[in-house]
Amino acid sequence: MSAFEIADAVRTGVISARTVVSRALERIASQEGELHCFNIVTREEALASADAIDAKVSRGEDPGPLAGVPVALKDNLCTRGIPTTCSSKILEGWLPPYDATVVERLRAAGAISVGKTNLDEFAMGSSTENSAFGPTKNPWDHSRVPGGSSGGSAATVAAGYVPLSLGSDTGGSIRQPASFCGVVGVKPTYGLVSRYGLIAFASSLDQIGPFATTVADSALMLESILGHDPRDSTSLDKVPTSIVSALSLGVSGLRVGVISDFLVDADDTVVDAVRGAAVALSSAGAKVDEVAIPELMNGLAAYYLIAPAEASSNLSRYDGVRYGLRVDGPDVASMNARTRALGFGSEVKRRIMLGTYVLSAGYYDAYYTQAQRVRTLVARAFNRAYEQFDVLIGPTTPSVAFGFGQKTEDPLAMYLSDLFTIPSNLAGHPAMSVPFALGEHGLPIGVQVFAPALGEPVMFQVANAIEAAQQERSRGPVGVSESRRS
Amino acid sequence: MSFLTPGWELTVGLEVHCELQTKTKLFCSCANVFGEEPNTNVCPVCLGLPGSLPVLNRMAVEYAMRIGIALNCRVEPSIFHRKNYFYPDMPKDYQVSQYDAPINVDGFIELPGGTRVGIERAHLEEDTGKTSHMGGGGRIHDADYSLVDYNRAGVPLVEIVSRPDITSPEDARAYVSELRSILVASGASDGRMEEGSLRVDANVSMRRTGTSELGTRCEVKNMNSLRSLGRAIEYEALRQVELLESGDRVVQETRHWNENEGRTSSLRSKEEAFDYRYFPEPDLVALDPEAEWIEAVRKALPQMPSARRAQLGAMVLSTDASLDEHALSDQIATVVDLGLDQLVTASIAEGADGRLALARCANEAATRPDEARALDPTAFCELILLESSGKISATQSKAVLGAMLDNSGTPAEIIARLGFEGVDEDRLGTIVDEIITANPKEWQRFVEGDEKVAQFLFGQVMKQTKGQANGKLVAQAFNARKGS
Amino acid sequence: MAAEFTPEEVTYVATLARLQLSEDEVQHYAQQLSAVLGHIDAIRALDLAGVPPTSHSFDLVNVLREDIVEPGVDRDEVLRAAPLAESGRFRVPPILGEAP
Ligand SMILES: [Mg+2]
Ligand SMILES: [Zn+2]
Repeated sequence: MSAFEIADAVRTGVISARTVVSRALERIASQEGELHCFNIVTREEALASADAIDAKVSRGEDPGPLAGVPVALKDNLCTRGIPTTCSSKILEGWLPPYDATVVERLRAAGAISVGKTNLDEFAMGSSTENSAFGPTKNPWDHSRVPGGSSGGSAATVAAGYVPLSLGSDTGGSIRQPASFCGVVGVKPTYGLVSRYGLIAFASSLDQIGPFATTVADSALMLESILGHDPRDSTSLDKVPTSIVSALSLGVSGLRVGVISDFLVDADDTVVDAVRGAAVALSSAGAKVDEVAIPELMNGLAAYYLIAPAEASSNLSRYDGVRYGLRVDGPDVASMNARTRALGFGSEVKRRIMLGTYVLSAGYYDAYYTQAQRVRTLVARAFNRAYEQFDVLIGPTTPSVAFGFGQKTEDPLAMYLSDLFTIPSNLAGHPAMSVPFALGEHGLPIGVQVFAPALGEPVMFQVANAIEAAQQERSRGPVGVSESRRS
Repeated sequence: MSFLTPGWELTVGLEVHCELQTKTKLFCSCANVFGEEPNTNVCPVCLGLPGSLPVLNRMAVEYAMRIGIALNCRVEPSIFHRKNYFYPDMPKDYQVSQYDAPINVDGFIELPGGTRVGIERAHLEEDTGKTSHMGGGGRIHDADYSLVDYNRAGVPLVEIVSRPDITSPEDARAYVSELRSILVASGASDGRMEEGSLRVDANVSMRRTGTSELGTRCEVKNMNSLRSLGRAIEYEALRQVELLESGDRVVQETRHWNENEGRTSSLRSKEEAFDYRYFPEPDLVALDPEAEWIEAVRKALPQMPSARRAQLGAMVLSTDASLDEHALSDQIATVVDLGLDQLVTASIAEGADGRLALARCANEAATRPDEARALDPTAFCELILLESSGKISATQSKAVLGAMLDNSGTPAEIIARLGFEGVDEDRLGTIVDEIITANPKEWQRFVEGDEKVAQFLFGQVMKQTKGQANGKLVAQAFNARKGS
Repeated sequence: MAAEFTPEEVTYVATLARLQLSEDEVQHYAQQLSAVLGHIDAIRALDLAGVPPTSHSFDLVNVLREDIVEPGVDRDEVLRAAPLAESGRFRVPPILGEAP
């Protein structure tokens, strides 16, 4: 059942929220030992919330647009009294004294969280192999990664545990795992969704967004979490409020640009998928053309300067003084250094060191300021393209999901898998990945749809058309029945 | 300059951190209060908990603008940066501060002595928490461990950076004193140096007279009164001169003023490089106050101390042209500093003796400034008129003022309650005549000009009137009879 | 010119960032970070004179909050998270230097 169907059935009393949540918990119990999507499953809390929804229904109150829909939360979203770890040893055991804004909004919409999903430590990675608590498996092929950093959130939807989950996307951390796991993943416009309670990786790039099995479900979830939040100074106040209603508008007359630069470095099956989607949009009435935006190719370098720089500062607070891990030492400085040495994994340390380096006195202008100028170029290049096109499309990732261990020893190779997703974060623009075809080894391939700032309605319009033209699936994730996916 | 060896010139630049009197902290809604139980005014934001985000306090911005305008600065578009360094009193291990685009730039202060000190900038930043050092001698160097309280973390500060225009310890003190008055007058600060709501660091350097290039400077911290500021600068200047004269060089460093030992000492405990890795704070957006807002703040700004001193001085002088303004300047400064000028000016406007009103304010009312500011100016004026007309004596006037500060009624009510009878001129005349009759020998000596016997005769009157007669009127009465 | 992240630079940034590293780790990270830096170093060669740097995607200004007190977090909840607390405060090992 889709989130729409569940919410409808719960609101009308056709099915109880308790039944829906119990079934989700059963599915989790049956496969979780193998997949490891979750850092924690909050069974009791979920059942109690389901009962509260059912009570509302029986009292005739409005239980909200996501009534009884089980959802999973990336474990970098603060949940009051429930462990929030960022998949890091340094935060093991920490209980936030507050809920993230998105958590409050999901609850207000009637959604029921079933647990916190695994991620690359502090959202730094593209495979979920950087989790301190072990990797998550790709439900389509257990020898492959689910992508990352929101690997657990992508996999929990792909595995059919829950119809919706939340991830965060700093350089592709929603879209890349969505593509690898054959689900929809959305990175909204920067500032559309409040970051309050999202544990920061790179503050000027981080954005929370949904995973879903369908475009419509992802729109429904996005609608329930977006909107201005006075607790986030970067939160936008004039935002599109209705996205679901844009889905049915069709693409007739829309101008769609295919980013040609992204087709050069992608695998053949990935290129085929993008071209297939272009043809489908064209047949649906859109005007499709190729467009070269070479400036976007500089995005990766800028990203790997800006994101580590911000991260090095954001992660300073994990010092063993106020919460989380402490490894004692004879003085406070050595206590800090020992705590951080043991508490952080090697990818996090690499990025902290890289970020510290680019911000340090001798290199600031050559690297950091220069990267910020590239950021300006990327945004300008996108905006120039949007003078000609309503939306852009391209691949989400250069390849299908790769195997465990394939890139762990080569950070640079891992970083390159974010090549096509990073530019949207630098520009602050929205982008989403829609499953479209199956590629090598029968693994899913997502097509990425890009839109200008606050262009979510048109982005979803096009994503919906791509989904409608989705190529026949010869198979689905291991152990997930066909009815669960459609 | 007397303390210095001839041939040397002192250069001082001051950095003053001023806590703003907002109700809440700079980036969160926790109360900004002093002296609460540790860690009771904290929230996810000021504790730097993962996921929390800052939101700027409008009132802190407004106070910062008031300070900037009062210091003759330009209010400019500004942004916040992160200053990165590890320290346990800093919850995020970075301080949010303004770096290359501060809110206020390029102002000055005119000191009462006439010196003009440039203000480079006055920017907003957040305060740190407080550490207490436990065990050992309770000092940082020999403590067994430390305890951290984050109540102060995130309290709004304005850091005021002067240009190196100060050339003597006296001017340094005068600068801080004047700055303090301005900050208090603007309403932005309570100006309490002892409680740490005003903290002064001094950049001190020495150069040979006649050279233009500044010498290597040391930053001296931990002076918590104007007195210790002057002493610390003097000590540090002499230390540097001694080094330079013996052919050594001054090492640029931060030095700690030890009040008890009366000396500065190096803070560097080990080799640690500081590389603050400033970068624009991504969690906050730019600050660009509209011209109307700046103008509204400027218009609402109360008169500054220098203008008030000038005004008060002119008014006091207008009541008696023979007064020496210079001799009254300390009293005028005290009254303005404590915000009691209203009492004096209102009294003068009602025709009271300006010198007397000023003296009662600067000497008696000043001992209890909080209560004095709450006095009704009309009642205060009434008191001064009673005293100047001789209805009550100086001693009685002081007693009545004391009772007024206790808030126990109008001057008339207090006089009645204390039984201070008015000794009017008729009754005083009768008493004086009686005393002359009763003491003919003494009276004769008085007429011949014996000053000592005058005290005896006045004393007799005071005895008769139980000290309630006005001394000036008593003297007048005797002198009048001397001539007849 | 190929960018290099020297072992000395690794040691320097690790000190600034308070990360204790073994000698082996210093060598290992120097090698990996040099590879990463080598790739992104090309950015220095771009001629971007006249292009303003972007720190925030959108130019929001004057996002302000009213000066109204709201309740914070209960002290017991705060201190429960502390690795070590004493008399209502967070306890830390001795601090060797004053704040800069
Ligand atoms: Mg400062
Ligand atoms: Zn707070």
